[in-house]
Amino acid sequence: MARAAVLGRLTWQFGTLAEIVRETPRVSSLFFDVPEWPGHLAGQHVDVRLTADDGYRAERSYSIASAPQDKRLALTVERLDDGEVSPYLVGELRAGDRLELRGPIGGYFVWRGDEDRPLLLIGGGSGIVPLMSMLRHRGRIGSKTPARLLFSSRTLADVIYREELEHLGAAGDGLRVVHTLTREKPAGWTGYTRRIDEAMLREVAWPNKDSPAVFVCGPTPFVEAAASLLVAMGHDARSIKTERFGATGG
Amino acid sequence: MRDTQRLMGFVSRGFRGKRRDTASSSRVPPGQYVVTDFPVLSAGPTPRVEVDQWTFSIEGEIDEPRRWTWKEFQALPTETVTKDIHCVTKWSKLDTSWKGVSVDTLMEGVETAAEFTTIYSDGGYTTNVPLDDITGNKAWVVYEFDGQPLQPEHGGPVRFLVPHLYFWKSAKWVRGIRLEKDEHPGFWESNGYNMYGDPWREQRYWGD
Repeated sequence: MARAAVLGRLTWQFGTLAEIVRETPRVSSLFFDVPEWPGHLAGQHVDVRLTADDGYRAERSYSIASAPQDKRLALTVERLDDGEVSPYLVGELRAGDRLELRGPIGGYFVWRGDEDRPLLLIGGGSGIVPLMSMLRHRGRIGSKTPARLLFSSRTLADVIYREELEHLGAAGDGLRVVHTLTREKPAGWTGYTRRIDEAMLREVAWPNKDSPAVFVCGPTPFVEAAASLLVAMGHDARSIKTERFGATGG
Repeated sequence: MRDTQRLMGFVSRGFRGKRRDTASSSRVPPGQYVVTDFPVLSAGPTPRVEVDQWTFSIEGEIDEPRRWTWKEFQALPTETVTKDIHCVTKWSKLDTSWKGVSVDTLMEGVETAAEFTTIYSDGGYTTNVPLDDITGNKAWVVYEFDGQPLQPEHGGPVRFLVPHLYFWKSAKWVRGIRLEKDEHPGFWESNGYNMYGDPWREQRYWGD
């Protein structure tokens, strides 16, 4: 079992927002300078804390999007209209503002890049975020570990990191990026246009004889479906690591 | 400590937040928010457990280990309890209703030198809880939620329920209790999460 990189107490510290990059109409990446950041592993998350002037506080967890090697800590946040924290992060927070955060958190849903097993990443919507940290990490360390990403989005406009994924997938270092769109078939689109199913996984996933390390992240029904299909196809349940998030929160 | 002073008085510019209604705010631990749905969080695929294969055991520091089949377990006296639950990922759900068997019933007459327990599940999940925190009307082994059989993604057919601790201690797909003299960190407790996990003291992670 993976051991945590986190030792000792996780203290609250300040990040200063340096840059905001809009990824899709609902999703933005926030790049923070965090002077006392202790470092993280690809796949970990942080807690964010907001404090109102009367002392009222709200906390949420967000996956880290940046690679461990990156100078700035990146969070990619989907704005939930009825949310409490995400509309503040994506909408109110401006460059130069400070944000309280602590982390990194979680020692299980992580990919260190030090094993030979092929890597299978399956993401739904903003579930791509911790997987992107893994792909960025893979790129930064020059890993040639064979990797496949199956990424499900609603429409083409909803595809987070679209250009960067295209770039990573074209690097010729053993990464294949496969998209599926569940609510749109754009003209000239050659990817899948349906929800993830067994036929798609048979075409994209490494067969279980290759013992891939599998990471699945997305909304609960998406993760339940993808992980259950993989188990039914004979993959070892212990090799499938999942992160689920509900429709509420944010 | 280096941050406590520095962060005191910090206000997130422009943040007001959604206020809790006053009736329930005293029931929500620090850093938590109330949800009305029931989020699912698990580290791996959802196991599908057939009840005719299912047993529940008490083992470890006990002279005669105990074991129940599904049928035997169903014949035990039940309790229906209504509890607030608090997940370390920040959501709390108020007034959840569960039916199952009190750990006190399962432990009746057991003499043990153990002070700690490991709750273990199908799929290899474990979590550690002090024995005093699962006895004395504090924990249940439950198989109904809201009057319905517990669904697999929520831990069905049977999960542990120890609602005064963060909800990862309420192991899904539970299969038994191991009584232990020493404390052994479980799955999340080995991965950065707190050994005890009291929501009211916000013991989320190591060192909290």
